[in-house]
Amino acid sequence: MFDWMSYHRADIAAVLIFVFVVTLLWSIYHGVKVSRLRDKEQVFGDPERTSGGWYWAVCGIATIMLLWFYYSWGMARAYFPRAANELCQVAKVNEALSPIVAQLPIGSRYFKSTDLVVRNMEQLDEVEASFPNGAFTAAEEKQIYAIIAQTRALIGVYSNPSSIDAATRSNLQIVVGDIQQLTSRIQAGPEGLQPTAEALAQAPWGVGNEEIPMLPMTPRGVMFDGISQDVVGISKTFLTLRNMPAEASRLIDLTRADIANVKENINNNVTSEDIAETRNSYLKSVERIFKRLDDGMIFPANTLDEVNDAVAVMIEEMDDAKGSLGIIDAIFMPGQGVLKTRTICIEQGSSRWLPKPTDVVAKLSVLANPNLEEGGGFKGTRLLWFKWLPVADVVGFFVPDGMVDILPGSYGKHDDAGRFVPTYKDRLLAFAKGEVYLGSIPMLDGHIWDSLFRVLVAMFFGILLGVPLGIYMGVSRFFKSFFDPMIELYRPVPPLAWAPLILTIFGIQDDGKIFLLFMVAFAIMVISARTGASGTQLSKIRASHSLGASNRQILRHVILPNALPEILTGVRIAIGVCWGTLVAAEMLAGTTGVGFIENVARTVSDYELIWVTILIMGLLGLLFDIIMRKLISILIPWRGKG
Amino acid sequence: MSDLVCKDLSMTFTAPGSGAMVEALKNINFTLKQGELLSVLGPSGCGKTTLLNMVAGFLNPTSGQLALGGKNIDGPGVERGMVFQQGALFEWLTVSKNVDFGLRMKNMPAAERKELVNKWLDIVGLAGFGDTPTYQLSGGMQQRVALARCLVNDPDLILMDEPLGALDALTREKMQSLILELWKETGKTIIIITHSVEEALLLGQRLFVMAPRPGRIHKEYQLDFAEEGLTRSLRDIKQKTDFAKVREEILTMIWNMEEEIMGGV
Repeated sequence: MFDWMSYHRADIAAVLIFVFVVTLLWSIYHGVKVSRLRDKEQVFGDPERTSGGWYWAVCGIATIMLLWFYYSWGMARAYFPRAANELCQVAKVNEALSPIVAQLPIGSRYFKSTDLVVRNMEQLDEVEASFPNGAFTAAEEKQIYAIIAQTRALIGVYSNPSSIDAATRSNLQIVVGDIQQLTSRIQAGPEGLQPTAEALAQAPWGVGNEEIPMLPMTPRGVMFDGISQDVVGISKTFLTLRNMPAEASRLIDLTRADIANVKENINNNVTSEDIAETRNSYLKSVERIFKRLDDGMIFPANTLDEVNDAVAVMIEEMDDAKGSLGIIDAIFMPGQGVLKTRTICIEQGSSRWLPKPTDVVAKLSVLANPNLEEGGGFKGTRLLWFKWLPVADVVGFFVPDGMVDILPGSYGKHDDAGRFVPTYKDRLLAFAKGEVYLGSIPMLDGHIWDSLFRVLVAMFFGILLGVPLGIYMGVSRFFKSFFDPMIELYRPVPPLAWAPLILTIFGIQDDGKIFLLFMVAFAIMVISARTGASGTQLSKIRASHSLGASNRQILRHVILPNALPEILTGVRIAIGVCWGTLVAAEMLAGTTGVGFIENVARTVSDYELIWVTILIMGLLGLLFDIIMRKLISILIPWRGKG
Repeated sequence: MSDLVCKDLSMTFTAPGSGAMVEALKNINFTLKQGELLSVLGPSGCGKTTLLNMVAGFLNPTSGQLALGGKNIDGPGVERGMVFQQGALFEWLTVSKNVDFGLRMKNMPAAERKELVNKWLDIVGLAGFGDTPTYQLSGGMQQRVALARCLVNDPDLILMDEPLGALDALTREKMQSLILELWKETGKTIIIITHSVEEALLLGQRLFVMAPRPGRIHKEYQLDFAEEGLTRSLRDIKQKTDFAKVREEILTMIWNMEEEIMGGV
């Protein structure tokens, strides 16, 4: 069942999107109709106007779900499940073409040859202008100017279309011809092409290990795939082409000899080390420009024009052949569309960090699977399940072994025959150590429970210690003045600022995090209990004095119940803050918990997992708040009515 | 006999801020016999509430003596019950839990408590309301609960600080009759502080008109409207010419005091 749903997630999404669109339209229609009626009854600003309106809530939910589906490319996948695969084949062609395109105006505005000419000419001018006067002899100076002039001439020879040699020209013609041939193949269309069985057996988009299936699954895809393979060969040929006319070879040889000649005599007639340094570095800068030009990478512009035109025509034809695919790409795939990296095709756009709703649900289902062997859970821990906890472990944890030591009697000794007869103390010790089997109780287990457990334990101790202290601070000058500075000194520090210190002292396991959360909960509980206690009406206190209540009785029967609304509000706030702090603390250190999952997901850029954890944390936070609100209305119905 | 004896009672406050000494009460002398009904009237700031709080034991006098039944008053006690303007009920408890609060604090057995509570709820007219939360009651009913809560403790002296101040006219009249009935039936000594001249006349066997700066007893009246109120309708009493005469006299007196205060500023 689950596998079926996972495989058909695109179809499920298609149904869901349809339902959401219908819901959206209906809720708008209904909302507008109702608003028209109400507008006559209520004036603007009347708070009653905001009551009700669930249809707008439905409208809001539908809107956000549709936006989610859209920006995560969920709509594209639902209604055009093969589009990504086809676009991947186009991306293959684009990737193969990229070495050629990068050298042509169609991809980079200028020919690469133009860039080379401009840059090297500029540098030659600069070098010539910065000639060090006096460092060289007159004869050497003449030689160096000659070298610069020859290098300039070399650029001229490269750029002259009439000097290009026949072999290079014909090679370029071959490249142009190949590209034109491919163009005509694109024009001919994918007729007669069929995807292979292997390609058709691939898992659909987003289901398998590959994000987008690589092998072409449609005739059009097969065509683009085939063309991409041919383009790879053409690119390779194009990159090996060199423009080396006879005149250029002559100039290169001549210049090379001149440079060697100057170099040979560079150390003659040197009067100082400074001059030697100047000579060397200047000659090197001249030679550097020359060496950049001796490999024949510059072609005449008009010979390359043909290649550029051919590629431009081919790309145009590809756009035509894409047809509806281009529209899908432009409308339903916000971002740059499908790209091919070295080995895989990826979605490049908002869907990189915004996973599709159905994928998030699928990921959550995988995590929620309690069967670890089947790949459920995360890093060897379930998400939320139960385990059988031996009662003996609990006993062993809570009953200190030393308690048995102080009992009368002594532990057993081995007797003369080498036997050991345990005394009652030995048996008790085994019990205290948790070695006696006492049955098992079901206990919650998993990442979510670990996070919950930390919050609940911290809250328990925060309430247990914070409420009495807060109440006493509300009624006693000593308690108020003695503890106030301590609490006010640590409370304003953001809890996470304490985290590095606390985690170092208590360790990265539960105790450190629980203590950190306890600090958070404690301060909030103290302050709320204190506010509640000190807010007791004087007349109530006086009345209870007159009714004969002792101080202790007043504390228990008047001040505590009077502070209860504040205390419960404090609990509600403290749980929220603890929850926020916990996740951050789990991100700092630890091996379990929801925050831990998110932290791992972050390091491996698993956006689906990140969203799943965000979802879990949001839902649990909401659950806490709902429970607290219910508790408050049940426990203190008199709130605000005293 | 548990008479309330007040001898040379003075109270001086330090005014917050300026630090000036304010004589809230100066040389108050009176004796209240057991079973007497005293109402205290006066303009704001004349020290009525201060006097009551001292009798209740919430404040200690600067000088002078205050004794109930020959015993000096030193702190609050069960023998002096208190009824506040807003009831000061415990809103987290039901009506009967409010009423038996004092008994529970004394650890009285539940059965006895229940009997007493039912008896007093019956007397104040709240029979059947025992399990109602107090925040669901109207103002008048809340004051009835406060009365029952005070009386169930069987105090010698009942102190009421403007107990009917927050009630509407009709409820107020009913409550005034109730207080008179309770006074008659229980024979308790009662001190009522009020702002209303009519109420002071109706609920005062004795009536103190107090004056401010320093707080003192300006004039004392002995009245028989309270006795009369036990048998006649309060509305009829209010129509009587001698009632109207005293009322006008006191109103003029207080009016002049207020004028003096305003002029003195």
